[in-house]
Amino acid sequence: MSIKYLVKTSQYFDSVSLMNIARDVRTLDSIDDAALVMGTDANKSLLQQVSALTAEAEAASPTDLILMVKGEADALDDALALAEKLLTQRPTSTHGETHRPRTLRSAVRAQPDTNLAVISVAGAYAVAEAWNALQRGLHVLLFSDNVPIEDEIALKQYAVEHGLLMMGPGAGTAIINGAALGFANVVPAGPVGIVSAAGTGLQEVSTILTREGVGITQGIGVGGRDLSDEVGGLMMIHAIRALQTDPATEVIAAISKVPSAAVSEKVIDQLVEDEKPAVVIFMGAGELPDSPASTVHFANTLEEAALTAAALVKGIDAAAVQDRLAAQRESLRAQAGELAGRLRPSQKYLRGLFSGGTLCEEAMRIWSARLGDIWSNGPLKPELRLPDSNKSYRHCALDLGEEEFTVGRPHPMIDNDLRIRRLLQEAADPEVAVIQLDVVLGYGAYPDPASELGPAIREAREIAARDGRDLLVIGALTGTEGDPQNLSRQARAFESAGIVVASSNAAASALAVMILTADA
Amino acid sequence: MGSSADPLSSFFGKPLAVVNVGLAAFAESMEEQNIAVVDVDWQPPPADVPRLVRTKSGVMIDEANAEAVRRIMSGRPAIVGLGVARDVIPGMTDNMILHAGPPITWERMCGPTRGAVMGALVYEGLAETPEDSAAMVERGEIVFDPCHHHHAVGPMAGVVSPSMPVWIVENLEYGNRAYCTLNEGLGKVLRYGAYGEEVYKRLHWMADDLYPTLADAVELSGPIDLRGMIAQALHMGDECHNRNRAGTSLLLRALGPSLARTCADQERLAQVIEFIDKNDHFFLNLSMPAGKAMLEPAERIEGSTIITVMARNGTDFGIRLAGDPDRWFIAPAGVVEGLYLPGFTAEDANPDIGDSTITETAGFGGFAMAAAPAIASFIGGTAQDAINTTREMYEICFAEHEHFSIPALEFRGTPVGMDVRLIRETGILPKLNTGIAHKTPGIGMVGAGVLRAPEQCFIDAFEAVKSW
Repeated sequence: MSIKYLVKTSQYFDSVSLMNIARDVRTLDSIDDAALVMGTDANKSLLQQVSALTAEAEAASPTDLILMVKGEADALDDALALAEKLLTQRPTSTHGETHRPRTLRSAVRAQPDTNLAVISVAGAYAVAEAWNALQRGLHVLLFSDNVPIEDEIALKQYAVEHGLLMMGPGAGTAIINGAALGFANVVPAGPVGIVSAAGTGLQEVSTILTREGVGITQGIGVGGRDLSDEVGGLMMIHAIRALQTDPATEVIAAISKVPSAAVSEKVIDQLVEDEKPAVVIFMGAGELPDSPASTVHFANTLEEAALTAAALVKGIDAAAVQDRLAAQRESLRAQAGELAGRLRPSQKYLRGLFSGGTLCEEAMRIWSARLGDIWSNGPLKPELRLPDSNKSYRHCALDLGEEEFTVGRPHPMIDNDLRIRRLLQEAADPEVAVIQLDVVLGYGAYPDPASELGPAIREAREIAARDGRDLLVIGALTGTEGDPQNLSRQARAFESAGIVVASSNAAASALAVMILTADA
Repeated sequence: MGSSADPLSSFFGKPLAVVNVGLAAFAESMEEQNIAVVDVDWQPPPADVPRLVRTKSGVMIDEANAEAVRRIMSGRPAIVGLGVARDVIPGMTDNMILHAGPPITWERMCGPTRGAVMGALVYEGLAETPEDSAAMVERGEIVFDPCHHHHAVGPMAGVVSPSMPVWIVENLEYGNRAYCTLNEGLGKVLRYGAYGEEVYKRLHWMADDLYPTLADAVELSGPIDLRGMIAQALHMGDECHNRNRAGTSLLLRALGPSLARTCADQERLAQVIEFIDKNDHFFLNLSMPAGKAMLEPAERIEGSTIITVMARNGTDFGIRLAGDPDRWFIAPAGVVEGLYLPGFTAEDANPDIGDSTITETAGFGGFAMAAAPAIASFIGGTAQDAINTTREMYEICFAEHEHFSIPALEFRGTPVGMDVRLIRETGILPKLNTGIAHKTPGIGMVGAGVLRAPEQCFIDAFEAVKSW
């Protein structure tokens, strides 16, 4: 057993770092003990107890560093070298990263100007977190589903009383103060304020507005149940009121499935309370009601709603929108005639594979106006529910974002697998004439949908081609040039994969119908 | 309708500052858009931990806790003098030895506390040898009591015997006083359980030379503000528990003029200054009673779940709550994950010991680790680790200190007021830095390290709160 000392003059290190290094040196095989200490009297007397100090160590001052290693003679130099190396090495963090707050409470402490909480934990915990946020005076975007309706009502009542936004439960899309939250697109600031009980509805309207050169003030998602009789449109009315007093908002757009007459009336009453023009789309309404005031305009489709809002912003007569849509129909009809010629007589059915529930519903409404019954896993009429969602039947539209498809797997906006498999399945069906898709871009959505769906569409069309058929695939992209995926790039990629890209979901749906009903 | 007071209309157009609770992808897309977002590291709350809002007797706990931390933060501890333990510590008697942590019998006492007791009795002249001391104790001639039962605190073994000189710290805001011995330095010292001639000699010098010199100086200077001194030390790299280099320097500066004016004996004055200068922890025995003096006014606030005492005796770890300050909740003292002095290993270590965790309890010490990057090696090595430690402790503290702040955290207040509810809700246990004593009586310090407080005492305290 040997001992070796080394003294480094005028080198200060804190004692804990030194003890750490000593510990590391002690782990060497042939080393029994190691010490790195500043040359204070107390430290020197400690070393003295281990072994006699050398003259040099004895003479060390409190600002000199003493290194001592004890062990097999031929290992001592290496041990000292290791100690010296460790002295110059910067420590590395054991945790690697910054501490993240564990609770909403401490997150707000860490960021005192917090004004919004985005909550997406499981429904069972979501209510407590939403209360926690509201009671701290935060606006809330509650993405989570499976929240009891009594809780939704209580949360929204509290929010209304305290001037807060309670978006959701089940609100996947919002654009607040220019920020895209959840599944939302990059849209410019502008004068349209949108309130929506339908996530993809908000995305479709805000992106079409963008393509029209019109931006938005807010895109407030209120959750799919807000206009139910139980909730009574609490948050939609609250949000409309706020947009009415918001000086930046010039035109208001309200989007929902058609509510009951009572709730509809409350929403309309709120809209006519102010002179700001408004566009309302209540999807599924049979006949559009007469407008209660010249400022309130009803629309049939999301595209019409967006174009009407854009016209109102630009000071164009809303009637001009109808002319424009008529012109669009003409050109779609010409396109349809051409496409229909590629089909064989046995190809007679439409199939829709949608990732957005609202887009699926809009397509079904447009289709059914000319084609009658449309079967679905979320049908317009209960008797048209598919007995087995895995098997298509006649004209048929699937909302692949429905829970039956998403249990244990990501939403089809994020993961294309399910839709690709279904696409290939439909391609093998000789009776299928047209497949319609929606492609939702923006934050939250798959980073490059064309890279996966494109090859799948090619393969689907090859399957049909081997059978001597031409399979038509029509799609519409919900997105903007500013989206991370970039609208034009995606559209080009889909077109080169053989998909017919329409200007909107409504246009795609109309085109599909026209193809099937075109005169041969 | 839509008045200017409506938070909703005033919210429109403002920059968003978001807290994300749930899917990390949402936080990532907000970061891509350069939106200020804090992504919560969310975990489901433990199923058996209800949110306690109101006591059975009807007290709103948050309100009680707000009052408790208000009193803690508004305390103004100051050195008002020095005295001899038997003369100044309330309830101290000639046959009494005070010790750190919760109450304990000689039979269950750990090695270092026994060593300190034996050494103290020899120092007092009550016993000839440590062996005589043990025999005296076994004959029942000595009464043991926790420092905390006498408004006192003691580092490590925390032994206070009747003739030891002590600091007298008064909370000028509330009038209560706290006491602590003078720090002996490191190495072979009584508070680490060492005894022997070297130890007695130093204690005698402290009583005969150091004490009167300091007492005279303080008498001349008048009260010396400790809250301000701790606040400054936190800005100078101390956390005032395991680093006291700045605090010690500040104290010496504050005492300097009156020391020079009151001590005619130049050599003794030089020795006093040398002693303080060579002992970086001299200020610890002031930061501790300062913490104690700040915490006591929070005691007996009905319904408060703030922890006002957290202390160890080397065998047990104990806490007390502001709402029921006479009751200890106790669990076995933990094993320290340590770094060792030359010649010692983990085999030699005694479990966690000392009242010095009063500093964390009062809102500094290890909880202010972000202020003391120089000793970051304790908790991992980097300044980021130090910051993470403080950030984690915010999770279990009710408030942020109005007077103690951390430059590296944009002068955010230190975490103050451990709330037993938050400890249970988050599952985060207080993180402690500490010295390590040899488990055998008579040896002393062997290292330093870090550990978490034992969970059981917080579970028991939380259960007790349920029945308040």
